[in-house]
Amino acid sequence: MSRALHSWGCYPYAPQTGHVCHWQSDVAAHAGNIVRLRGSTLPYGNGRSYGDSCLAFTSQVLHMRGLDRFIQADWVNGLVCVEAGITLAEIFAITLPRGWFLPVTPGTQFVTCGGAIANDVHGKNHHRRGTFGAHVLRFGLMRHGVETVICSRDEHPDLFAATIGGLGLTGVIVWAEIRLIPVRSSQIERTVMRFGELAEFFALSAERDAHHEYSVAWIDCLAKGRRRGRGVFIVGDHAQEGELTAAVPSRWYMPATPPFSMVNELSLRVFNEGYWRAHPARRTRDRIGMQPFFYPLDRILHWNRIYGRRGFQQYQCVIPEGAAKDALGELLRVIADSGQGSFLSVLKRCGEIVSPGLLSFPLPGVSLALDFPHNARLELELFPRLDAIVRAGGGRLYPAKDAHMSGKDFRCSYPRWEQLEALRDPALMSRFWKRVTAV
Amino acid sequence: MKRVMIVGATSAIAAACARRWAAQGCEFFLVARNAEKLERIAHDLRVRGVGEVTLHTMDATDLKAHPTMLKRCIDTMQRIDVALVAYGTLPDQYACERDVSTAVQEFNNNGVSVIALLSLLANRFEAQAHGTLAVISSVAGDRGRPSNYLYGAAKAAVSAFCEGLRGRLFRVGAHVITIKPGFVDSPMTAGLKLPRLLVATPDQVARRIVSAIERRVCTQYTPGYWALIILIIKSIPQPIFKRLKL
Repeated sequence: MSRALHSWGCYPYAPQTGHVCHWQSDVAAHAGNIVRLRGSTLPYGNGRSYGDSCLAFTSQVLHMRGLDRFIQADWVNGLVCVEAGITLAEIFAITLPRGWFLPVTPGTQFVTCGGAIANDVHGKNHHRRGTFGAHVLRFGLMRHGVETVICSRDEHPDLFAATIGGLGLTGVIVWAEIRLIPVRSSQIERTVMRFGELAEFFALSAERDAHHEYSVAWIDCLAKGRRRGRGVFIVGDHAQEGELTAAVPSRWYMPATPPFSMVNELSLRVFNEGYWRAHPARRTRDRIGMQPFFYPLDRILHWNRIYGRRGFQQYQCVIPEGAAKDALGELLRVIADSGQGSFLSVLKRCGEIVSPGLLSFPLPGVSLALDFPHNARLELELFPRLDAIVRAGGGRLYPAKDAHMSGKDFRCSYPRWEQLEALRDPALMSRFWKRVTAV
Repeated sequence: MKRVMIVGATSAIAAACARRWAAQGCEFFLVARNAEKLERIAHDLRVRGVGEVTLHTMDATDLKAHPTMLKRCIDTMQRIDVALVAYGTLPDQYACERDVSTAVQEFNNNGVSVIALLSLLANRFEAQAHGTLAVISSVAGDRGRPSNYLYGAAKAAVSAFCEGLRGRLFRVGAHVITIKPGFVDSPMTAGLKLPRLLVATPDQVARRIVSAIERRVCTQYTPGYWALIILIIKSIPQPIFKRLKL
């Protein structure tokens, strides 16, 4: 069956024709056909990239989700080899009962393994474990007209580095071998503490991060004045004993896309105020399943539809350590004044572990992520102001979430882009890459 | 531990069923044409925790190869608790209309060879007086439609054959299930324009199949709502039906 594929934010609106790959042998065949007829293509995983980095320039993508098999597992040393289209959820459903978990997981379990590598995703434990790419041992990369090459730190190290965070442009990842971490329980010991302003976040993060595997903060992006920068700081560690299951909690389902966005200033204010108040003022400790801890939004399948047909854009930036406090304060001020913003705005301290990837997003510093319902004013008014603050702070935006950054900003903040361009498979081109590399 | 034979093991529906059985720790005898694809399925199942997996490469349309396959299966597993017959092709109806040999070949693939295999398996199931023979037919076999009546005719033959066989094996305590999937999003239907609301994933179909086998259902539509759709389609009188563009 054929149906149009989109990016997670549904903006820019560019329906993609997916050429479904069910077997590794399909990849070369489909890619060959598309390239012959249209010139270029792009691998597409499960469509969790927000902006245009998962959209092919020709709108003809290789839909990799059918490659969802395990290839091998070593339950003694915690290694799995999987096909690229398998999702993280499908991986830990099998590994968790055997006591192994993913070393790094982003905010959704529905990304594919290939996508996690191509975007070099990070998680709530970046301060301890770095990015996903740091735990990838090897992968098979299919470049146009060439046999699949095996890339690792020793074999084709240049392609290995370029592919991690390489946005699917260096070739098609067909399989990957990743290292897992041992866990004794699928539950998380969580500590939650509220903070009243941004400075408190920095104090809490400095004090607590080193002691915990996971650390993240939710922030009320609409709070102004004295309350600006208030939020909820959450740290967690794998429980030392308990059940080992990847049990799926009951999920809600957003059945259709409403014609207009359900996210507006009123609903945002109500939600943010309510969410803030729902958390006790005192520091509390509890035990929580891994699914609600890591993937609160995955409770609502297709939650992106609440933003209506026009879609939404995520703004995720990272600001280096020294400038972070001032720049974040400034960003939050501008966002609160605009009255726009998201339900779950997230602050996260990024650590110093350097990714093997050339174009990896995180820097030692603090990352801020929030979603905005798409409207024309966003790119004319709000984003340019935010971009200026990020630029002044020496920070950068996350290509996996981006649909607007200027080519100039991209090339300045990712100076190694030319190395990637030199190693790019000429048969692969995304709308994102075309946009940011056009001089 | 259940011992499962699957013919057409690389099909999307069969592979999804196998994953569900793998979680129960079943032992497998997997049969398909393509050895490399069969290997990939086997690797996947091994990681998921199956006991033993034996692979057998066979083109199911080669009727002479069936007895060798069955013998090897019995030699390795001793008995068959579940046999799933899941192979098939989706013919191009137009090509079948233009070329008789294509039509006959497609009928052989989807009808004759399945009946031949089932005949052989039936004797085995009769002898072991135990087990479930699950056969993937199709909703297309319930009524002939201009858009794919060759496929429909072959599946109708299989469905009728299964119904008779069910009665025969019932007497000895073995069971036959006819599975009738609707539209499934799989390599078989890649590129087809199908009504999106009615398309199920292979995993959804597999869930039904595995539970139907456990419950020893006779005919299982999957997804279940196809039973209702087919009831309506079957009740359309011929003078009207022939005018419909289905």
